[in-house]
Amino acid sequence: MNSTNKNEHTHPTPTNGQWKTFGSFVQKEFYHITRDQTTLALLLILPVLLMILFGFSINTEVKNSQIAIYDPSNDVATRGIIEKIKASDYFTVVRMLNNPAEIEKQFLKDDLKMVVIFSDHFYENMQRTGKAQIELLTDGTDPNSAMTVVSYASNIIGLYQQDLFKIQQIPFEITPSVKLMYNPELKGPYFFVPGILGMILMIICSMMTSISIAREKEFGTMEVLLVSPFKPMYIILSKTIPYFVISLVNLATMLLLSVFMLKVPIAGSLFWLVTFSILFIFLSLSLGLLVSSIANSQLQALLFSGMVLVIPVVMLSGMIFPIENMPAFFQWFSKLIPATWYITGVKKIMIKGLGFTSILPELGVLISMTILLIGISWKTFKYHLE
Amino acid sequence: MTNIQESEWAVKCEKLSKTYKPDIQALKNIDLKVSPHQIFGIIGPDGAGKTTLFRILTTLILADEGKAEVMGCDVVTEYEKIRRNIGYMPGRFSLYQDLTVEENLKFFASVFGTTIEENYDLIKSIYQQIEPFKNRRAGQLSGGMKQKLALSCALIHKPKLLILDEPTTGVDPVSRKEFWEMLRQLKEEGITILVSTAYMDEASLCDAIALILDGEFLKIDTPENIVRQFEPTLYSIRSLQRSKLLTDLRGLPAIDSCYAFGESTHATVIHNQISPEALKKYLSEKGHTDLEVVPIAPTVEDCFMELSKQMHQN
Repeated sequence: MNSTNKNEHTHPTPTNGQWKTFGSFVQKEFYHITRDQTTLALLLILPVLLMILFGFSINTEVKNSQIAIYDPSNDVATRGIIEKIKASDYFTVVRMLNNPAEIEKQFLKDDLKMVVIFSDHFYENMQRTGKAQIELLTDGTDPNSAMTVVSYASNIIGLYQQDLFKIQQIPFEITPSVKLMYNPELKGPYFFVPGILGMILMIICSMMTSISIAREKEFGTMEVLLVSPFKPMYIILSKTIPYFVISLVNLATMLLLSVFMLKVPIAGSLFWLVTFSILFIFLSLSLGLLVSSIANSQLQALLFSGMVLVIPVVMLSGMIFPIENMPAFFQWFSKLIPATWYITGVKKIMIKGLGFTSILPELGVLISMTILLIGISWKTFKYHLE
Repeated sequence: MTNIQESEWAVKCEKLSKTYKPDIQALKNIDLKVSPHQIFGIIGPDGAGKTTLFRILTTLILADEGKAEVMGCDVVTEYEKIRRNIGYMPGRFSLYQDLTVEENLKFFASVFGTTIEENYDLIKSIYQQIEPFKNRRAGQLSGGMKQKLALSCALIHKPKLLILDEPTTGVDPVSRKEFWEMLRQLKEEGITILVSTAYMDEASLCDAIALILDGEFLKIDTPENIVRQFEPTLYSIRSLQRSKLLTDLRGLPAIDSCYAFGESTHATVIHNQISPEALKKYLSEKGHTDLEVVPIAPTVEDCFMELSKQMHQN
């Protein structure tokens, strides 16, 4: 503060009067939010929608895939394999084909996931040459599910082979025993719930805060507020409070949905999960403040927080694409994204059920990021227009 | 709240300059002194630099060069002190459209650490006119009512200096008249009012005016003095053939300048070089009918046209 005004009341912390003013600022923000009911409804329903969307429609598991089989041999071996395929949960055989010409036609027509094509004289070939062929025809336009379907089918065929070997008494046998830790049933929700938590909190906090500040600039009300004795930093802080509250509501909704609807239990401590999430909310809010000091219109704020904040969260935080599969540069870049750390931490507490000490690195990174961001937005905050 | 001591000038600017990127000089080295307890008008067309000047005075933007003081406080170093003691109404009425009339007023009262009740006497006459609509959202008010609400909000903390940026733009003529009446009452309460406008006819309602064009002051004086200093003879001309009137007048060497003025056309003549009768004869020869040429007393707008012409000639 300027030392020439010693007799001035310059308050480093708010006085009673200023708390009152702060209160009416917060009240005003709640008016804005509650009167724009469409937006409010969107903010509250969006997490629910995303949870349902990811929970039920985006399914990484392959169950009851429709397949067709072309079996010109129709012998002991092919019948044995077909029995095994039919017995599995993964496949439903919808059609037995009689003619190789039908294969492609049916593949297009019946929306088949796979066609299993046995070679002629399958069992005979197997016995005589030790080699018999099965062709697995899948839909390459959807590589993920094609790969999954193929690997399931290969497993089944492998199992049949093992059975054969047992009969023929091979002296040794190697059986890999696979155990999936933390998510034994390979359920999708275990994977995406932490990601959605990170994404929603980021959207609500940073996008909405920056838009609401940009709106004041756009409508010219910021001009009047700046020409007032109230400290500009408090004006900005008062903007974050309603969105903090909404984020808490969203956090609660999402956790409830994930436990009761998607059956993803909170394996670790709820207290630390919530505390850790609140830290992430603070961080997202300070990102929003930073965006607002750059953006001068609502559209700019929307684009900026959408492009620069939300899309990287979706693409690079490991929410959808595993970080390990990314090129080195993006792996390094993903470490700069706060949501990456948040999602890792949530996975540790919520899914793996690890204790507080296990998330110390994530906690440390997020705390330092928050301090850094608040520091930058404090420094870059403009006490003047322009 | 800190009170600012009475200073000699409500506003004092010295060699104030402001340039916007890229290369737009909004204010060029201007000097201005406004004495307290009067209505001071900054008169000029859009883009003349009025808003820039007001934003510097309200400490919203910083000047590139020069010094400005508001009630004796420097706009750069003592901006907090200034912000506490002025009322500002920006060009667009800065109200929250989704808040009601009463909520807007309550909110702005609390921003300045006061309440509606505390200073009700000052805004009473203005606010009473919109009080019947106090539960209506500000976005649904008419232009005139929005203006009254914005003025009430700017006055709620009893400022010593009221800065109004084009308060009558986009407001109907009746509300404009009422608005100037309100300003006169506020002046009686001891408030200094600095107001900008693009309507030249409002100039005569100010105690003193500064004519501004392209970031420079053409003249600072009382409206009466400015009109008195107008030298050339002024004719108001009407003709049925309006469209060719300006071209025909410009073809006459005795006519110094001419411009459309509402329904009629104004022409200035230096040293009475041509009489109204002679001018009428010349124009009817050019094919004008229903002619009317009347010598008239100049208005502030005529002075503005004359001064801006002189500026361009220099």
